[in-house]
Amino acid sequence: MHATTSPVPGTRFGPEVCVLVPMYNEVTVVGSVIEELLQHFSHVVCVDDGSTDGSSAVARQAGARVLRHPVNLGAGAAMRTGFEYVLRDPRVQVAVTCDADGQHRVVDAVRLAQRALVGDVDVVLGSRFLADSNTSVPGARRLLLKAATVFTRLTTRLDITDTHNGLRAFGRRAVECTDVTLRGMAHASQVLAAIPEHGLSYVEEPVHIAYTEYSLGKGQRGLNAFNILCDLAVHQMRIAR
Amino acid sequence: MIIKVVLIAGIALAAALMMRGPAHRQLALRRMFGISIAAMGVAAVAWPDLTTRAANLVGVGRGTDLVLYLAVLAFSFLSMALYQRIARLESNITQLTRELALTTPPQQTTDTLATSGQVTRSA
Repeated sequence: MHATTSPVPGTRFGPEVCVLVPMYNEVTVVGSVIEELLQHFSHVVCVDDGSTDGSSAVARQAGARVLRHPVNLGAGAAMRTGFEYVLRDPRVQVAVTCDADGQHRVVDAVRLAQRALVGDVDVVLGSRFLADSNTSVPGARRLLLKAATVFTRLTTRLDITDTHNGLRAFGRRAVECTDVTLRGMAHASQVLAAIPEHGLSYVEEPVHIAYTEYSLGKGQRGLNAFNILCDLAVHQMRIAR
Repeated sequence: MIIKVVLIAGIALAAALMMRGPAHRQLALRRMFGISIAAMGVAAVAWPDLTTRAANLVGVGRGTDLVLYLAVLAFSFLSMALYQRIARLESNITQLTRELALTTPPQQTTDTLATSGQVTRSA
């Protein structure tokens, strides 16, 4: 559909693809994450969710456009701000979300962006559990993610293998109708809930996750799964009302 | 009795503070409600038999029990009202923060750095 979508390793996307990097206190890693992204994407927007460690300055120095929340609101709110930004920039056709902690590979982001630019699906979801992903997920983490996946599959009836993967690509239509209102981590499932709700089409792509000590330390603790569950249950009740 | 003095003084103080409270949509209603609650409180302290008689009327054995039940109810409603109010405030803050993040001009635009190709970091 676009000249820029040829799957050449040296591809660099123009402003039509916007990479959104929500970030909260990631000063040690976010700089290199953004530098790597900028080699393949010219339009990298970092949403700083009220970091207090100078992440904003590092991200800006690395070359990203930084949107800064003056106070910390939560991961879902940061994502929503990114979406809102995309909706105000008419050039953007595809928004790619990518975690700031370096657990995603840029090649995967490129592949997801290319897939989304084709335009036949609204949402391209990264999955670490597809056969080609090559990711060995640590035991406890695997259990937690599997439970979250079962829960989300039940509530959204989507046929997907990995519900809490930060690497995703959204076509403009998907960005328009995805309404992220939960501020915390439950937004990952809420984004998925928008898919059946608005009749969006979706496809999963295998992505590799680098489980570094850093990303494991920052990631969701087991008890947090319970919080995610509660947030979602409350949200479901609100919808039903 | 000393306790009666302490309790009635407390109720009077709380009622006085409420009178000066922040502007509210239904300020008059709120004040009337507050005054009547305070009056009932004073009456209950001054004549403890009143609560027991009221309790017997509605099928509760002791006045103290009735007061406790009503207090629990009041507390629940108050908590819910406060919870909803805080949720509304949070949502307002989120919208304000988002608007601020989106409208604050960046010190450096993406375009100038992006077109210069390789980006170096000196942090």
